[in-house]
Amino acid sequence: MITNFILAPILAHLITAVLLLFFWKRVKTQKVVSIIGNSIAFLLCVRLFMVTQQEGFLVLQAGGWQAPFGITFVSDTLSSIMVLLTAIVSLTVGIYSTASLNVSRIKYGYFFLFHFLIMGLLGAFLTGDIFNLYVWFEIVIISSFVLLTLGGKKMQMEAGIKYVTMNMLASIIFLTAIGILYGITGTLNMADLSLKIAQVENRGLVSVTALLFFAGFGIKSAVFPLYFWLPSSYHTPPSAIAAIFGGLLTKMGVYAMIRVFTLIFIPDEFIRNVFIGIAIMTMITGALGALNKRSVRRLISYLIVCHIGYLIGGLGIYTEIAIVGVVFYLIHDVIVKSNLLMISGIIQKIRETIDMTRLGGLAKDYPKLSFVIAIAMFSLIGIPPLSGFWPKIQFFGESLRTGEYILLGAFVIASFITLIVMARMWSEVFWKESPKPLTEEIDHFAQMPYSGKFALVAPIAALSLVSLYIGINAEGVYEIAQKTAYELMHPSLYIDAVLHNIFEK
Amino acid sequence: MELLLVLLVGVLYSAGIFLMLRRSMVKLLLGLLLIGNGANILIFLMGGLTKGRPPIIAEDQTNFTGPYADPVPLALILTAIVISFALTAFAIILLKKVYATTGSDDLDSLNIQDLDI
Repeated sequence: MITNFILAPILAHLITAVLLLFFWKRVKTQKVVSIIGNSIAFLLCVRLFMVTQQEGFLVLQAGGWQAPFGITFVSDTLSSIMVLLTAIVSLTVGIYSTASLNVSRIKYGYFFLFHFLIMGLLGAFLTGDIFNLYVWFEIVIISSFVLLTLGGKKMQMEAGIKYVTMNMLASIIFLTAIGILYGITGTLNMADLSLKIAQVENRGLVSVTALLFFAGFGIKSAVFPLYFWLPSSYHTPPSAIAAIFGGLLTKMGVYAMIRVFTLIFIPDEFIRNVFIGIAIMTMITGALGALNKRSVRRLISYLIVCHIGYLIGGLGIYTEIAIVGVVFYLIHDVIVKSNLLMISGIIQKIRETIDMTRLGGLAKDYPKLSFVIAIAMFSLIGIPPLSGFWPKIQFFGESLRTGEYILLGAFVIASFITLIVMARMWSEVFWKESPKPLTEEIDHFAQMPYSGKFALVAPIAALSLVSLYIGINAEGVYEIAQKTAYELMHPSLYIDAVLHNIFEK
Repeated sequence: MELLLVLLVGVLYSAGIFLMLRRSMVKLLLGLLLIGNGANILIFLMGGLTKGRPPIIAEDQTNFTGPYADPVPLALILTAIVISFALTAFAIILLKKVYATTGSDDLDSLNIQDLDI
C-alpha cells in the first residue's frame, strides 16, 4: 500500500523536539511535553506496526518521485518490528529519565536530543535508500555524541573521544562503501541495487564493497575486533542514556547489516564464513570480558557485545530458520538490554554504587522490586519460558543442522557464561549481606516522592512484562519472526513493492 | 584527470590513516578530516567524470543525447560535506574540552579510568 502514514512516527518526534526548544530551561514543561510527544509517537508506531501486519508492505515515494529516482520509505515487517521496539523503549526510557536525571542535564537540552535521536533511529529503520540510511545514521550519532558528553565530567570526555572517533571512522567507511557501490551500479535505491548488483560482472569489487559495509556496520554494532569502544564508553553516561544506547544504537547497526546482506549482497560462502568466524570471536571475547567485571554497568556492556555475536552468527548460518532466530533474538535483546541498563540506574539510586563488591542485600530490602528485576535477568539467561529461551533453540538447532559445530560450541559457551555472570550478579547484588553498614542517607530511592518512585519502577516493570509476554506468547512472536524471515529470504517481494508497486500479503 | 584523482584519493586515505595512528588528539582529528575529504573525492570519481556536458536538456530536444555529467554524486558530496562540517565542529569542541580537563594532548593519558574493572 502506498501511504504517507510511514512518516507519522518520525514527524511526531521531530515536532516534539522542536516544541521542546521553545521551553528551554523550563524543566517541568519539558518533562510533560516529552511524555505527551512520546505517547503520541508510541501510538503512531503501534498503528504503523498493525497496518504493516494487515496490509503487507507500506511504501512512500518522497515528493512523488518514482523509485529509483527519489527517496523511498518502506515499512516491511522487519522495519515495523524495529519501529515498535523503538517506540516501546523510547516511551519507557522517556518516563524513566524524567525521574532519574538531574535537573541541569534536562535544562541543557536532554529531552530535545533524546527525541532527535529517536527520530533518527525511526528514519534509519524506515528508509529504503542507502544514502538516506547514511544521513539518518549521522543524525543518530551526532545526537548520541552530545548525549554521551552532556555533563562534561572527565570520565565522559575520555569516553567521548573513543566513541566519537570510532563512530566517525565507521561513517567514513560506510560513505566510502556507498561511493563505490554507486560507481558500480549507478543507483542508491536499495531495491534497485538488489537487481543491479546481480548484473555486475566484477564480482571481486562487489565482495570488497560488501566487506566495507560489514566493517562500517560492524563498528556501529560492536563486533570483534571493533567492539572495544563500547565497554569503555557505555558506563559513563547516566543510565537512561545508556539504556537507549545499549538497547537501540548497536541494534541499528545489526538492522542495517541484516537489511544490506539479505537484500543487496546475498552472502556467498566466503562472506558467510567471515560472519561465522567473527560471531564466534565476538561471543567468546564478550563473554570472557564480562566474567571479571565488578561494575554492573561494565558487565552489561560486555554482555551487549557478547549477544551481538548471536545475531551475527544467526545471520552467518543464513537459513530461513536461523533468520527467524535472529529476528526473535533482536526483539528479545532490545527489550532486555534497555531494561538491565535502567535497572543498573535504580541500583545506583538505592546504594550509591554499582560496584558489585560493595553491593548487597537488595532482595531483603526491596523484595517486590527484586522480583521484577529477576524476570529481566532470567530472560537474558534464557530460562524457559522467558523470552531468551526460544530464539536460542533456533540458533542451536540450525547450527547443528548445517554442521557449524564451532559456532554451536560458541553459542553454548556464551550462554553458559551469561548464566554464570547473571547468577553471580544476582547473588552479589541481591542475596549477599551488604558489606557496608547502610544508613538512611545512602538510599536516595526511599527519599524520593511517590511520583518519582513510580517513574523509575514503572518502566522497568513494563519492560519486564514485555519480556514475560514475549516468553509466554512465544508462538505469536515466532509467527511474526517467521513472516519477517520469509520476506527477508525472498527479496523479490521487497523489490516488487518498491519498484513495481505490486503488494502481496 | 582520473589518474590524478585516483592518486589524490589514495594519498588522502593513507595520510589520514597515518595521522590517526599518532598519539596526538589533534592529529587524530586531522586524520579523520583527511579521510573524510578522500571519501568525498572518491564519490566524485566513482560517479564518472564527464567534461563540459552539463545535465541540461537542450531547448530543441526532449531527452538527453549522448553522455552527460551525473549530478547525483555532487548532491551526495554536498550532503556529506555538510554532515562532516557539523561532526568536525563538535569534535573540535570536544578536543578543546578534553584538553581543558586533562591538560594533555596525548591519547594514552585517557586510559586512567580503565584500571578500574
